[in-house]
Formats: sequence, C-alpha cells, structure tokens
Amino acid sequence: MLTDLYVFGDSPLHRTRPVVKITALVVFCSTLFIVEGWASVLVAGALVVTGFAVAGLKPRHAFVSVRPALWILAAIFAVQAYLTDVVFAGFVVARFVVLILAAALVTLTTRTSEFVDGILSALTYAPAWVPKEQIALAISLCLRFIPLVRAVLEDVRQAQSARGLDRNLTALLVPLVVRTLKTADEVSQAVYSRSFD
Amino acid sequence: MIEFADVSVEKNGVPILKDITVRLSERRIGVIGRNGSGKSTFARLFNGIEAPSAGTVTLNGVTERKALRRHVGFVFQNPDNQIVYPIVSEDLAFGLKNLKLPRDETQARIDEVLARFDLAHLRDRFTHQLSGGEKQMVALAGVLVMRPTMIVLDEPTTLLDLWNKRKFMAAIDALDEPVVVVSHDLDLLGHFDRVLHIEDGSIAGDGRPGPVLARYVAGSQC
Repeated sequence: MLTDLYVFGDSPLHRTRPVVKITALVVFCSTLFIVEGWASVLVAGALVVTGFAVAGLKPRHAFVSVRPALWILAAIFAVQAYLTDVVFAGFVVARFVVLILAAALVTLTTRTSEFVDGILSALTYAPAWVPKEQIALAISLCLRFIPLVRAVLEDVRQAQSARGLDRNLTALLVPLVVRTLKTADEVSQAVYSRSFD
Repeated sequence: MIEFADVSVEKNGVPILKDITVRLSERRIGVIGRNGSGKSTFARLFNGIEAPSAGTVTLNGVTERKALRRHVGFVFQNPDNQIVYPIVSEDLAFGLKNLKLPRDETQARIDEVLARFDLAHLRDRFTHQLSGGEKQMVALAGVLVMRPTMIVLDEPTTLLDLWNKRKFMAAIDALDEPVVVVSHDLDLLGHFDRVLHIEDGSIAGDGRPGPVLARYVAGSQC
C-alpha cells in the first residue's frame, strides 16, 4: 500500500538529501552485481539491516516491501535451481531481496516531493529538450495514483461480479481502462489549473 | 469582474456553448443546468482549462489563459482527481512550487490555510486515507493557498454526505473571494447573489436566485 511508501521520521537517513540517497542506491546496486559471491550479499545485507535500524523502520516494513515480489522471487528460485543448483538459486534470490530492501530504504525515508526534487536535481544538466518537470510530475503521479487505480479496479470487479462476470477479463479491463483514462484527463486539467506549465 | 464576450465552444464539430455574453461581478454566483447543458464547460472557461472556440474571457483586464489560471482557482467535483501528492502538506505545496515561491513563504502559506480551515491535524496525513469531506477540504485548501482572485467550484458537494456538505458550504460562504458554484443542489444557491441557468449551451435564465430557480424547477416537471 501507499502508506508503506513513506514512514515519517527524523533519522539521519530521513534528513539525507534525496539525490545523495538515489546516487548511493545506484552505486550500491551496481556494486552488488559486480562483486560476486556470498560475502558481498552478506555485507550488503548487513548494511541494509543497519540502515533500517538507523531509520527506525520495523521488520514489518521490510516484509511489506518484499511481499509483492515473493511470487517472482519464488519463480526465479525455481528456474535457477532447475538450471544450476539450489545454493546458486538461493544466492540469486538473496541478492534480489537485498536490492529490493535497499530501494525500499530509500523510498521509505524519502517523501514523494523530496524524491521529485531529487530527480529534478539529477536532471539539472540534462539537455534542454528533456522535459524535466514533466518527468518528475509523472513519477509523483504514479505513486499518488496507485491506490486510486486499485480502488477503481475493486469497484469494477465488484460491479462485474454482481453481473456474474467476475471471471471475464474483458468486462474487468475495459471499464478499468476507460475510467482510468477519464480520471487521467481530469487530473491533467487539475494539474494545469494549479499553474503547472 | 469577469466578462464573457460572444464566447462559443465547439468540440469535434459539436457546439457546446453558443455566443455567451455576460458580465459577472457579484460575490456569489450559482450556475445550474441539466446534465450535458454545457455548464461544466462554462465553468472551465473561467480559469482557462477550456479554451473558447470564439470570443474572449476577460478577468480584470486579463485574457491570456495562462494568466487566467493564476487568478482563478478551480475545485473539481472529485477531490481524488485534484490531489496530486500522497501527503497533505506536499499537495498544498504543489501549486506554490509551480508559482516558484520561496520555501519560507510556501510553508507560511500552508500553515495559514491549514489553520484557517482547522485542518492542521491533517498536515502529515496520507491523502488517500482521508474521508471524502476531508479530501474536498484539502482540495479547496490547495486552491486557496495560491491566493486566487476568484474561485470556481464544479459540483463540489456531489460526493459529500449531508454533514460534510454543510461544513464545506459554510467554508465557502466564509470566503472573501468571489465564488462561482456549479451545482445541481439548488438549496446551496438560494442565498447567492445571482444564478445563471445554462440550457443547451446558452444562458436560459439569469438573475436573483428566487425567480431563476423557480423557473428551472417548474421547467423540470414531467
């Protein structure tokens, strides 16, 4: 849920500039892929756990961050175990879990508006034709509208279920897409009306 | 004062508004009309969300659309479509950032608008966790924090329960700024200064609420 995208706090991690956190995340993830072996995963894991503790985050936050990826992680584990061996499959999955938790550590300690400011800072030297403000706004809107689209999906699912169409994908997707596009249209008007250029 | 001079709007060749000419200077103006009559399009002309196909909209000498939207705040029917950021204080700051205001002034204005509507307790709340009434108040605060010259509200109480509707309209009544409210809820408009009845893209009625609303109700009898 969106409530798990940011946890209020005043830790050093909360106070760190978003652009620093994003850069550190990129370096951290790249290093984790470059340096092979269990040792790198264990060190990285220890760093992430320390980060969670410093930020005052609870194990629940870590679990909620990883939960949506559990099915994919299970599939990766199964494929790797089949193609190589169980130990290597465990290594690959452990590395992904550390990556997800590191990314979660950044999002959980960074407000959306700070995140957007960080993206804008990172794009400071991008060519003039890059629509910086629009990219930043698009990212913030994606985060904002996750629960909204989920609510629309639930609405449509219930409505179609009442008509006996709960297993009909078309009956679910068509109204969902139409309502989402209609919402997007009004949102763009709202953004425009609040002096966004 | 806002003036519409021979304003027409066409979409895909279909006329939505036809040659609207009207001057509005009252503090409280209501707009009524059937579904599809063109009243929402009319409302969207006030702050330049819609562009006229012909004619001009002028607010205190300003005609340019970009300038109009700085002067006229717009509150939508569904606050979920208006709130941009996940946290209330961030959303209130959105419009001010677009105006390139310094951080200190942004914070001062947010504090002021939250205090004005007794919303300070919502400052760090997630917007999607607010009640419908709270969301609509935050949407209104997000507009007022930009200190518009005029405020237009498009069916702002449709999604509210009776209690929240009364609370919201009390907040509207207390505003110093001129307000235009588009509504199907005729009770809201009874004490307004002027009511426009839009029908089939034209102004079918215009005047004090009593006679305009009475004719509108009489015309709706099946």
